[in-house]
Amino acid sequence: MAEEEVRLFRTWSSPFALRAIWALELKGVPYENIFENLSSKSQLLLQYNPVHGKVPVLVHNGRAVCESLVVVEYIDETWTQNPLLPEDPLERATARFWAKFGDDKVMQSIWDLVQKGREEQEAGLAQAIESLQPLEEILKGKKFFGGEKIGFLDIALGWLSNLVPVFHEITGLKLIEEERFPLLSAWMKDFSGFPTIRETLPPHDKLVTKFRAQLEALRAKSRSQQ
Amino acid sequence: MAGDAVKLLGAWPSPVVMRARIALNLKSVGYEFVEENLGNKSQLLLQSNPVHKKIPVLIHGDKPVCESLIIVQYIDEVWSSGPGILPSDPYDLATARFWAAYIDDKWFPSLTGIAKAQDDGAKKAAIEQVSEGLALLEDAFRKCSKGKTFFGGDRVGYLDIAFGCFLGWLRVTEKMNGVELISRSKTPQLAQWAERFCADPAVKDVMPETDKLAEFAKVLFAKFKNPPSQ
Repeated sequence: MAEEEVRLFRTWSSPFALRAIWALELKGVPYENIFENLSSKSQLLLQYNPVHGKVPVLVHNGRAVCESLVVVEYIDETWTQNPLLPEDPLERATARFWAKFGDDKVMQSIWDLVQKGREEQEAGLAQAIESLQPLEEILKGKKFFGGEKIGFLDIALGWLSNLVPVFHEITGLKLIEEERFPLLSAWMKDFSGFPTIRETLPPHDKLVTKFRAQLEALRAKSRSQQ
Repeated sequence: MAGDAVKLLGAWPSPVVMRARIALNLKSVGYEFVEENLGNKSQLLLQSNPVHKKIPVLIHGDKPVCESLIIVQYIDEVWSSGPGILPSDPYDLATARFWAAYIDDKWFPSLTGIAKAQDDGAKKAAIEQVSEGLALLEDAFRKCSKGKTFFGGDRVGYLDIAFGCFLGWLRVTEKMNGVELISRSKTPQLAQWAERFCADPAVKDVMPETDKLAEFAKVLFAKFKNPPSQ
């Protein structure tokens, strides 16, 4: 078999890049990490992702694949060991539906909440909690969203397991309380504690520092615009 | 499973509903089309898509599938003996998915931005943004079609469906604003592709006539400019 060259453009903290990393690691695909500094993007990144200039970009034998969930599906189709998506078309459609929901609704409402000032956080919290409710429902009878094994939807939602604790610390608000979300709380521990996953997670304290700084910068910007 | 009854909940002006209809047509799958009144959604719609309460919803047997591009992929996977809709090569498929995401996340919102523009300056900027996107898509067509008729090659495929469904609204926007967005001079490949797409047997009966859509649009856009008072 010809030499495979797999490179992944990422940053140390990007939750989107982590999706690609998890897919590669779970399939045992060797790859090279290329760390980018998003405030000073490399020529290569801009060449491989001219439309968005974002990470992750997977470059497989010189050809670039962009958009994290597109990358995950590409990885699943190219390296067929340890499949991430189920075989049944309805189950596949369901996994894809919830992955999109995770990005469009859950991530959006949590990020909105985290950016709000103290006064507006009550309403934001209610909305974020509401968006998490369906995820608790679909975990019924399962260890992972993929069933017994980590699958596509676990990878798509995996950012919850390492970022929600960061947001808990920064805001002092409990988004995912064990009483209200027993299954989701257990899943967060099982997912982030899974050896292949655990080894990839950026350090919690470093993420807290980074997000605090990012949120402060956003608040300063909006204050200066008023 | 492929033999179970198929119902599609939708509405004739909706471009994303068209995606599902084209896919079913390509596979020659018979289905019942249920025209929804979005001001008074049916119980079936609310039950089948409780999370978003949006169209399209494909109901296969008694199982709902939601989100237009997810529905198209589902159709391709279930009726796998029919002509393929998704590219079979993983890289071509990733490319098609990338552009479909671009169209939904960036390009179509920029098109609706023209209707929502509150003044001439904003309108001009919105038109510019749409044109820039079309230049990217012209280039994408060159790369994806590899000299053939459609993004998908010899026949209508995933990206053709994802993008082509918006041609009706694009024509309405051109008409209402006196601009050319897709044209033989600016976007020659897309201009030719648009004609072929709209003429395709799987498309022509489900693509609304521009005039009918324009009438519908006038009513809709009036609501953007004069939102109902709270």
